[in-house]
Amino acid sequence: MATTYDSRRLVGIKAERVTDVSSRDFPGHYPDEDHSWNLEKFRENLTVKIRRVSNRSIDFDLVGVDASIANAFRRIIIAEVPTICIENVYVYNNTTVIADEILAHRLGLIPLNIDPKAMEMRVDDESTDRNTIVFELKLECTRKKDAPKDSTNPSELYNNHELLSGHLVWQPAGEQEEVFSKNPPAPTNPNIVLAKLRPGQVVEMTLHAVKGVGKDHAKFNPVATASYRLLPNIVIKKPIPPHLAEKFQKCFSPGVIRIHPRTKAVTVDEENKRKDTVSREVLRHPEFEGFVELSRVRDFFLFNIESESAYPPQRLFTEAIAVMRGKISSIRRAAEALGDQPSDGDVVMADS
Amino acid sequence: MSQLPQTANPPQGGRYSVGLVAPKEAMDYNCADCGATNEIKSREPIRCRECGHRIMYKKRTKRMVQFEAR
Repeated sequence: MATTYDSRRLVGIKAERVTDVSSRDFPGHYPDEDHSWNLEKFRENLTVKIRRVSNRSIDFDLVGVDASIANAFRRIIIAEVPTICIENVYVYNNTTVIADEILAHRLGLIPLNIDPKAMEMRVDDESTDRNTIVFELKLECTRKKDAPKDSTNPSELYNNHELLSGHLVWQPAGEQEEVFSKNPPAPTNPNIVLAKLRPGQVVEMTLHAVKGVGKDHAKFNPVATASYRLLPNIVIKKPIPPHLAEKFQKCFSPGVIRIHPRTKAVTVDEENKRKDTVSREVLRHPEFEGFVELSRVRDFFLFNIESESAYPPQRLFTEAIAVMRGKISSIRRAAEALGDQPSDGDVVMADS
Repeated sequence: MSQLPQTANPPQGGRYSVGLVAPKEAMDYNCADCGATNEIKSREPIRCRECGHRIMYKKRTKRMVQFEAR
């Protein structure tokens, strides 16, 4: 049975334009209808359903919220959910062909497996065992004694010809040994090539990793992508003629349109219609004019989040909610402080 | 090292002031051609012991350099 959506929830998709882009379910728009915000009603309409989870990514549906809320969470995941990254690099020796600055920059971009919950934000450059994790990086490339004469393969000729992220050695300080005993700090991927070396070249440095957020620097961004789409909605208005069934099917992404093998009756696959790219190909053919209507559901968000940090993908959205709640509570405190002030009709700025 | 008395006017000891490295102390240099490490003392001929090349590079400073990983 095809699910039908209230036409007020749909964004129309026509051949050359989109219609009804913004929501209009705010108080005062529809006469004699109560659209004031109501927690009970919101609770009834809100659905979050996980579609797929893997080690690195998650797909879920967020239904019944305004685009501003969905977008706020997307932006918070990218820019304000904290992660741990290398921030300070102390170079004692680097005779590789990679300049110190470039190598330092590359080191900063390495994703680390440290749970940000276990660390504090560093303020005023005061490093403690609660906000800084120290790594040592020491490597010297040497010639292999027993290398075959005619070989041109660096791994046969030299020891340590590549500086890898796996060469970072964690230096526990203070209580860190205990805190991180279950999951010792290291890069999430030990095979990232940071520099290539030749015999005689040396790298020796100390690295300090700290907690930070993506709006400060992209290296702190916990995700590869965090994005959403609106659910595509396809409505077949009148039966498609059997001789055009296959052509109709080809106008959509594979799996979206089903054709009954015997009767050639055309239907939309409810489970798979989310796979449609809404290419509007069907609207280009005059023979399908009036047969189909395309739209998207305005408050039906298909989220896709790909974690590239210590967070498992299913944790990222809840972390974003926690950040959002933190922001709301600080606004609330500020508003209450404003309300507590003796009121003489004027608002006095705090630092005046 | 000679113990010079601290006077307001130090004696003019030749054209070169006494530097940080005492004379005849060996320094390590890298050969520009073969990359071998050579110990060369002052006033010795500048020549690689391995390949005879006459261009040498000074080693990188042992001092720590700080960078921001940005």
